[in-house]
Amino acid sequence: MNNNVVLLPILIPFLTAIILMFAPKKIIFQRTVSLLGLLVALGVSISLMMTVQQEGPQTLTFGSWPVPFGITMVSDMVSVLLVTTTLLLTIFIVWYSFSSIGKEREQFYYYAGIMFIITGINGAFTTGDIFNLFVFFEVFLMSSYLLIVLGGEKKQLQGSIHYLLINIISSGLFVITVAFLYSVVGTLSMADIAQKVATLEQPAILTTIAVLFLIVFGLKAAIFPLFFWLPRAYAAAPTPVLALFGALLTKVGVYAIMRTYTLIFIHDQSFTHELLMILGIGTILFGCIGALAYFDVTKIIIYNIVIAVGIILIGVSQMNTAGVEGAMYYIVHDMLIKAALFMLGGTIIALTGTANLRKMGGLMKRYPVFGWTYLVAAFSLAGIPPLSGFIGKLLIVQGGFEANNPWMSIVILLSSLVVLLSVIRIFIYAFWGEEQPATISISQTTYQRQLLPTIVLVAITVAYGVGAEAIAPYMADAGETLLNPAIYINAVTGGE
Amino acid sequence: MEIVMAFVIGFLFMAATYLMLSRSLLRIIIGTGLLSHGVHLLVLTMGGLGGEAPPVLADGVEASQFADPLPQALILTAIVIAFGVTAFILVVAYRAYQSLETDNTTHMKGSDSDE
Repeated sequence: MNNNVVLLPILIPFLTAIILMFAPKKIIFQRTVSLLGLLVALGVSISLMMTVQQEGPQTLTFGSWPVPFGITMVSDMVSVLLVTTTLLLTIFIVWYSFSSIGKEREQFYYYAGIMFIITGINGAFTTGDIFNLFVFFEVFLMSSYLLIVLGGEKKQLQGSIHYLLINIISSGLFVITVAFLYSVVGTLSMADIAQKVATLEQPAILTTIAVLFLIVFGLKAAIFPLFFWLPRAYAAAPTPVLALFGALLTKVGVYAIMRTYTLIFIHDQSFTHELLMILGIGTILFGCIGALAYFDVTKIIIYNIVIAVGIILIGVSQMNTAGVEGAMYYIVHDMLIKAALFMLGGTIIALTGTANLRKMGGLMKRYPVFGWTYLVAAFSLAGIPPLSGFIGKLLIVQGGFEANNPWMSIVILLSSLVVLLSVIRIFIYAFWGEEQPATISISQTTYQRQLLPTIVLVAITVAYGVGAEAIAPYMADAGETLLNPAIYINAVTGGE
Repeated sequence: MEIVMAFVIGFLFMAATYLMLSRSLLRIIIGTGLLSHGVHLLVLTMGGLGGEAPPVLADGVEASQFADPLPQALILTAIVIAFGVTAFILVVAYRAYQSLETDNTTHMKGSDSDE
């Protein structure tokens, strides 16, 4: 089914970015155009989601070439859900940027950088070609390099050099792995690779390539033992950029692992998926240690990203309906809630003038609405039932028991306690206790303008949790696409 | 021929790894340059080194004589991407040298806010 709409969620941010580059100094123009572009793209991707729900995966092969020879873009339920979530939360991050990023950065291609990052991420979610995936990875990585150094503070320069180096190395590894895969199967289209792999009678070299891909995408997604770069690099970025990175960048790596491990490398699951599960458990454990170890608002939330990555990957590694569907529920929830938490954390830091928990206190008295919003977000992150984190974790835990891995489910349940403890600790230190004299407090209007997008975003996550029934058919569809590679392959090749 | 290339590429990766583990930022960036050379040669080698004619349609050349055109396109893409990234990291390194006044990566760790 050829459909040009597939391209619009990628093209609209791209064109917006180009328009934004013409008038960098006009802040009003920058703000309105970037918000408008995102809103239009969100509308298009929601309508695309409806189409995918009714008519199955939509594909587009460039230049009307026959399938394995051209680049194919594939919008199945998995990718269209992630694209929609990306656009939705970027709107709030851009809105939050208005009052927090500062004029100097806004005048220096900040919004253009965000639009390019969205272009790359949506492209990576939508592409059906393994080398094109590499190119889209580079598109959003290059923009993320810009956003992480933009401003040129000492802290940013220190953190960004490590971030750049680790990504250069992992991009090199990515191309190496693609070269190995090309020499084995002789094709680059993912659907075609999946077909060829199925006919190859499971040689060990494919398992090696699968593990190499796990290393490449694991470096992007920050899984154990490859997460070492993430805390320092992310701590260097200013708040809205951090929210964007925390919500989106690691999730692209997770999506790439999800896609390759459900579509291509399903020939030797007792090794590859077992490895994925063990690494997932390690990721959760080390994330938990980090989340408890720090008295720093940003660091605590950063280590919570690592925990969530572990939980999603464990869900994928189960390869049963409950596990995969739970992973889909959880990845969408986690993208939204991490953006909200980083925005809340940024406002806490702006209000108290420090990231150190020991030096703050008593915010509840002066900012009650803010306090309650934070509490809802914290409960939602931990997965308290009516809120958004619950259903995903429930399904993943159920998937673990069904696949006969009870220990894994128990680790996930225990990690929820640690997550709750770590975020409630921020609440207790920052909002309870003696009121501290603020050192560099932001004005009341700035505070209100930062609070508004955050409250709306938290409200959306609450709606996502309460209205899980409404999204259930979409999630079921996504889970089914992941578990039956035939759906994807037939959509791309036209059912030959 | 592929065996020779494999050894050369392996040597490039070895040198790149060694350089990237050193302290001076410039040596690390030279390491990334060697890494991308190794990567590009690997893509060329993995596509197969057969074929006598360049992949340009010409009279009197059989279809079986052409070299595989796909890896060449991939390498061309990867080269310009690596070029862009290298230019960026060189400028960031220059900027870091100006404001941190060191090119020793061990001195770049930590900030005043660390406890």
